[in-house]
Amino acid sequence: MPEKTLIEAIREAIDEEMARDPRVFVVGEDVGPRGGVFRATTGLWQKYGEWRVIDSPLAELSIVAIGIGAALNGFRPICEIQFADFIHPAFNQIVNEAARFFYRSGGVYNVPMVIRSPYGGGISGGLYHSQSVEAFFAHVPGLKVVIPSNPYDAKGLLKAAIRDPNPVLFFEPKKGYRLIKGEVPDGDYIVPIGPAKVTREGSDLTVFAYGMMHYYALQAAEMVAKEGIDVEVVDLRTLAPVDKETILNSVKKTGKALIVYEDNLTLGYGAEVAAILAEEGFEYLDGPVMRLGGPDVPGVPFSPPMQDFFMPNPQKIAEAIRRLARY
Amino acid sequence: MAIEVKEFLPITQRHEELGLSDETVLQMYYHLLLSRRLDERCWVLQRQGRVPFHISGIAHEGIGVGAAYALRKGFDIVHPYYRDLALAIALGMKPVEFMLALYGKKGDPHSAARQMPSHFSLRYLNIISGSSPVATQVPQAAGIALAEVLKQKLRPQLEAAGFRVSREMRVVLTSMGEGSTSEGDFHEALNWAGIYKLPFVVLVHNNQYAISVPVWKQMAVKRVADRAAAYGIHGAVCDGGNVLEVYQVVKEAVGRARAGEGTTLIEAVTYRWTPHSSDDDDRTYRTREEVEQGKLRDPLPRLRDYLYRRSLLTQRLEDELEERVRAEVDEAQRLAEEAPYPAPEEALAPVFATEDRSGWWGE
Ligand SMILES: Cc1ncc(C[n+]2csc(CCOP(=O)(O)OP(=O)(O)O)c2C)c(N)n1
Ligand SMILES: [Mg+2]
Repeated sequence: MPEKTLIEAIREAIDEEMARDPRVFVVGEDVGPRGGVFRATTGLWQKYGEWRVIDSPLAELSIVAIGIGAALNGFRPICEIQFADFIHPAFNQIVNEAARFFYRSGGVYNVPMVIRSPYGGGISGGLYHSQSVEAFFAHVPGLKVVIPSNPYDAKGLLKAAIRDPNPVLFFEPKKGYRLIKGEVPDGDYIVPIGPAKVTREGSDLTVFAYGMMHYYALQAAEMVAKEGIDVEVVDLRTLAPVDKETILNSVKKTGKALIVYEDNLTLGYGAEVAAILAEEGFEYLDGPVMRLGGPDVPGVPFSPPMQDFFMPNPQKIAEAIRRLARY
Repeated sequence: MAIEVKEFLPITQRHEELGLSDETVLQMYYHLLLSRRLDERCWVLQRQGRVPFHISGIAHEGIGVGAAYALRKGFDIVHPYYRDLALAIALGMKPVEFMLALYGKKGDPHSAARQMPSHFSLRYLNIISGSSPVATQVPQAAGIALAEVLKQKLRPQLEAAGFRVSREMRVVLTSMGEGSTSEGDFHEALNWAGIYKLPFVVLVHNNQYAISVPVWKQMAVKRVADRAAAYGIHGAVCDGGNVLEVYQVVKEAVGRARAGEGTTLIEAVTYRWTPHSSDDDDRTYRTREEVEQGKLRDPLPRLRDYLYRRSLLTQRLEDELEERVRAEVDEAQRLAEEAPYPAPEEALAPVFATEDRSGWWGE
């Protein structure tokens, strides 16, 4: 199987879906001749033309709202929000509109659209090119929230998202765009939205993570393996709807859980995983459910030492694993 | 500025010159009357404590009826707002379909009794579900219109894949109040409309108030329609109390839109003499004298006067129509009162679609 980067896998998924279904189109800032600032749409404007790769005005709420309208009228828009940090102007259209259309029309109007956006820190992006926004949206019934951690899943999940009859938010760990490589088959396959995945079997404790933090969690698991700690790693992949079964089954086996995410700690996605374990996995637990996240400050600072201080990394994850293992 | 009208203004257009038959203009009157009487009944039911809430389209019927008749019914698409009772009625909504929503009863076709009433949504009439946050429908409607452009541009690929594209574009009409034009959604939508020459009609009901805030605290320009220039789209103003004028102006806009000549921002001027909703007390922000003067804009007596002058309406026919409308409203109310409520657990679904039913394809 050919090896590809995360961004290549994403581009390939979009390309193949556009070839497969003429209703699929891309809309966003700089997605056209430039191919996107991260090059997720490189070559697509040249291949599919200006009516299927639309350079939008610089206006996020209407990138989403135009997508909603086009979806209602039979198309399959892939809306690109250039950085997750700039999704907030579209919050109303996503949360009040896309998410609620199907329910509020009694199941008459569905909104088949994808909103793709790079998220996450560690790339010298400062407060406004580093944010993690998944928890805002995972809270909202009617939205699916997907975060791939590797190229294989990215391609399969993005294809599933494009074919899904509902609005799907697809957040991409941008630090991993070129860093994370993996085997990706040419041609069509799907990774279904919903199931989480045990990506490393282990018996002492479980680390739950997604996106870049999952990549780091695997590294941390290798580090502590040398010290005799046998870590299971679960890639959550789909944050909404959450896969409770895989979460609970893993902790049933290991008895301990650490959730790692790069969002601010408080009320981040890990809080929900912890609540699921507290409520439904209480009798499996042999230690406190632990979270490792970013500090509760308003952003990832630009200056390298402060940025590093903010971001979880394999060393910090390994340290948290050791603490939990000792318990 | 709120009141520009000092006396009763007769309709000066002639319907036959606008291409409307005698029959059609009488039908417009019937739709206007039905909307008005249905709306008045809803107020009564709310004041009697039989329904929790009503938000009215009174004073807006001339706009809704005029616009509906200018569209190709069943083909064009509308994304309306809560004052559009008359638009929905004139497009074919049955009174019982409104009453079921008003009561929150099972069978409400708009939202399965989830939304507050006046959130119109009827797939079979191409009426798109709206929400309560104002102006959100405007950029969505632009997206629906953009899809019409895409269908024409991508016709060969789409048809090769089995999607039937209509010969002509559907025109998308959206509406909102003048206050809602202050939202960023409105601006972004019009910007798209201009760039892509969308087959789009943006119909602003200027009823002088956004709840209590008068129009001059909403914008510094004299006319909402003045803003069209900033987006490279057409702008037009019409008297919202004159159903024939609304028809004429919307018809022109629809013609331009379908011909690929782009979007028109239409300001239809009216005056809301009811409170904003059944929860509002408008005595806190305006005088009764002003309200009485506002009623001079009422589209109903103005069309009635026109029809009498043109000898299309007689006392006898007017009485017959009133009687017919009363019977229809009575029947709708009876059916809604007799209808059961949804089972409580119906609140749980449907959150996610399992199949795709989106889109308007074919003729
Ligand atoms: C985003 C948003 N803000 C506030 C409200 C509360 N609200 C409902 S209607 C309204 C006034 C709307 O005025 P206008 O757009 O002129 O429409 P009208 O009711 O006069 O027809 C307000 C403030 C709302 N529904 N949505
Ligand atoms: Mg108003």
